[in-house]
Amino acid sequence: MAFVFMEGNEAVARGAMAAGCNFFAGYPITPATTIFNNMLQMLPPKGGTCIQGEDEIASMGYCIGASMAGKKVLTATSGPGISLYSEHISFAIGSEIPLVIANVQRLGPSTGSATRGADSDIQFMRWGSTSGAPVIVLAPKDAKDCLELTVHAFNFAEEFRCPVFIASNKEIGMTKESFDMEDLNLPPLVERTPYTGSGPYVPFAADPDKAPPFLPIGGKTLVRQTSSTHGPDGYITIDPQVIAGMQQRLHTKLDAAMDRITLYEEKMVPDTDTLVISYGITSRAVADAAASLADRGRPVSTLSLKTLWPVPESLLLEKAAPFKRIVVIEMNLGQYVNEIKRVLCGKPVDFYGQMNGILIPPAKIMEAIEND
Amino acid sequence: MTSFLNTSRPPVFCPGCTHDRITKSLDAALVKLGIPDDKTVIVTDIGCSGLFDTFFNVHALHGVHGRALTYAAGLKLADPSLNVIVTMGDGGMGIGGAHVLAACRKNLDMTLIILNNFNFGMTGGQYSATTPSDARVGSEFLNQAEIPVDICGVVESAGATYVSRISGHDDSLSDELVSAMQHKGFAVVETLGLCTGRYTKRNQLTPKVIDQMIEQRPSPGGVIAKNQRPEYGDRYRQLAKEKGKFPEPFVVKKQFDMPDTRRHEVVILGSAGMRIVTAGDMVCFAGISGGLNVSIKNDYNITVLRGQSVSEILLSPDTIGYTGIESPTVVMALSDEGVARRQKIFAGLSPDTYVLKEASVAIPDTKAQVEEIDFKAMKIKKTDWALASLAVLAKHEIVLNKDMLVFALKSRFNEKVFNLSMETVDKIV
Repeated sequence: MAFVFMEGNEAVARGAMAAGCNFFAGYPITPATTIFNNMLQMLPPKGGTCIQGEDEIASMGYCIGASMAGKKVLTATSGPGISLYSEHISFAIGSEIPLVIANVQRLGPSTGSATRGADSDIQFMRWGSTSGAPVIVLAPKDAKDCLELTVHAFNFAEEFRCPVFIASNKEIGMTKESFDMEDLNLPPLVERTPYTGSGPYVPFAADPDKAPPFLPIGGKTLVRQTSSTHGPDGYITIDPQVIAGMQQRLHTKLDAAMDRITLYEEKMVPDTDTLVISYGITSRAVADAAASLADRGRPVSTLSLKTLWPVPESLLLEKAAPFKRIVVIEMNLGQYVNEIKRVLCGKPVDFYGQMNGILIPPAKIMEAIEND
Repeated sequence: MTSFLNTSRPPVFCPGCTHDRITKSLDAALVKLGIPDDKTVIVTDIGCSGLFDTFFNVHALHGVHGRALTYAAGLKLADPSLNVIVTMGDGGMGIGGAHVLAACRKNLDMTLIILNNFNFGMTGGQYSATTPSDARVGSEFLNQAEIPVDICGVVESAGATYVSRISGHDDSLSDELVSAMQHKGFAVVETLGLCTGRYTKRNQLTPKVIDQMIEQRPSPGGVIAKNQRPEYGDRYRQLAKEKGKFPEPFVVKKQFDMPDTRRHEVVILGSAGMRIVTAGDMVCFAGISGGLNVSIKNDYNITVLRGQSVSEILLSPDTIGYTGIESPTVVMALSDEGVARRQKIFAGLSPDTYVLKEASVAIPDTKAQVEEIDFKAMKIKKTDWALASLAVLAKHEIVLNKDMLVFALKSRFNEKVFNLSMETVDKIV
């Protein structure tokens, strides 16, 4: 056993370093600031760049520029910062710019509570951009997850050339805990596919279910990048067929890879009729509640989602099928439960949520499960 | 190279638009400079100046309104060998004002060309940050209630190392652009021009009037002597190089047997300045050295030198799920502020809970076993009460023993602080 002791935010930074991140730009905001602090300690000795933007919009702009020059970039913020990131999230989605965004969520709306946790932004991360094209959102439940999922996030950002969120929470980011480094399970690193074709480089030419091969701005081959609606050549277009193809591909490139994007943990107990679905920090209290219920002779099964967006629909359908009843627990007043109800339409789905600045205790979850 | 212009995408400006002349002058400047196309990027803003990236055969990045300088900075930091040129209108300068100021303060080696044509041409001639108060524009009377900004004045005071103002119709424009691009540092060139599609329809603005405007407010003339300083990227890299070693995570191996391997919930109630968070970390290091899983949450004011400081620590042989405190096994009451913050827990404490109370601190009624200790009488300073409390725990072998505490102190502190800490510890155990 070789225990390390760190907060979730440090683990995100270590995950980023393990993934080969070499550029960070951010703006201080509680409870995400210590990701920035850690990157400022870790990047310079490795030759990377870490800067403080004049605001969140600029921080994302710096990241977009650096990513287009071929860097693996990370930024970190909380809800109020995500609000300001919005225009650049849209840019990165539409123009296929790899980015990893750590969102250490705090209690909203608006300024809300800087030092109180909540899974405030679960729908906002998915929909806080124009056009409705998808992003990937991964939800860690503890510090170890922060490290592992950040590596996955970089891999996904590189492969699919889209923004990938780490949906952390003040209660993970600023809670220090021990974990065994020997238990770490890091995926092999994925880098964006370079263009190796022999013809002229067409920057957005891609298979219908893939991100386009990448070349950096500043390389031998001239590259065009634009936030405007563009054709494969990177020039603005009004051709409906070309537009439709590009729009569809932004969805299909993720849909086609859902099997690989879907990350989760489960504890299926034979002969149980209730499946409790949760994610993030809440899934730890759910595990405690499930253990107590089992001790009382009323066991339940649990599913903890790590990939929230795109919604792992096949997984939800498959895992929920054997159960009579689904219970969803969230650290908000009901955000992701709407996706679960949509996917499992017709199946009884009960919900318990809490938005009061403190963690949902296992006792509340047991109550929610037992009150059927 | 004789021209960088993209012949398949010729300029599409309104007849008479100054942007057309600026496009040709920029091309002439690039040719004169003889810089390689693959080491040059044009970053463009929104509006008519945002079309520039399509006219040139160089790398191109066109982004959202007002943010061009931020992408440019990201590119330049990522690849210092790039020649970075940014085109932006008076609109982009206005909406992206914070980025203009930041770019001036940073002094990255980039060239910003602000194509000032006194209005928002593309959206209908609305007033911008540079529209004169007496101009007739597409926003009714609104410009009459404001004054225009002096771009050169602003960027000069913000620290730009090269600033000039020039008519877009000036024959020396390409030479001016050459000298701006040759400048090592952040160069801003404000070009004044005509928006024939909108502005000049209702306002008497001609190349001659522009010349008069420049006579009235002459160009700062290029290199701003008082602002000269190292280029940001060079300076950044020099400073970053001096940064020490990569901080490897601190790894703790199990090396002690815990005095008791029960799950513990420890709450330390203190105030700012009492090193509560440090004491909490010590409990955690001790716990890990005893082979336990640990977690800690701290609650303190954002004004860090005032108010409560509370640490909540879990130590468990099993994986820790819920990280909240449910039934504390140890409570250390070291200040009234800290106690006030967790007032409610005392009524629910079990008779098995060990409460350490400093003599000066009042606590609510509780069924827990309370030990009162007068640290003050022991001549222990308030800043050491949290540490002294850990020594009391070690004496009773609750949660940790002395070996574990010494290990934790050694892991966290340098020799000098460690020795000072041990003076306190040795008074107790």
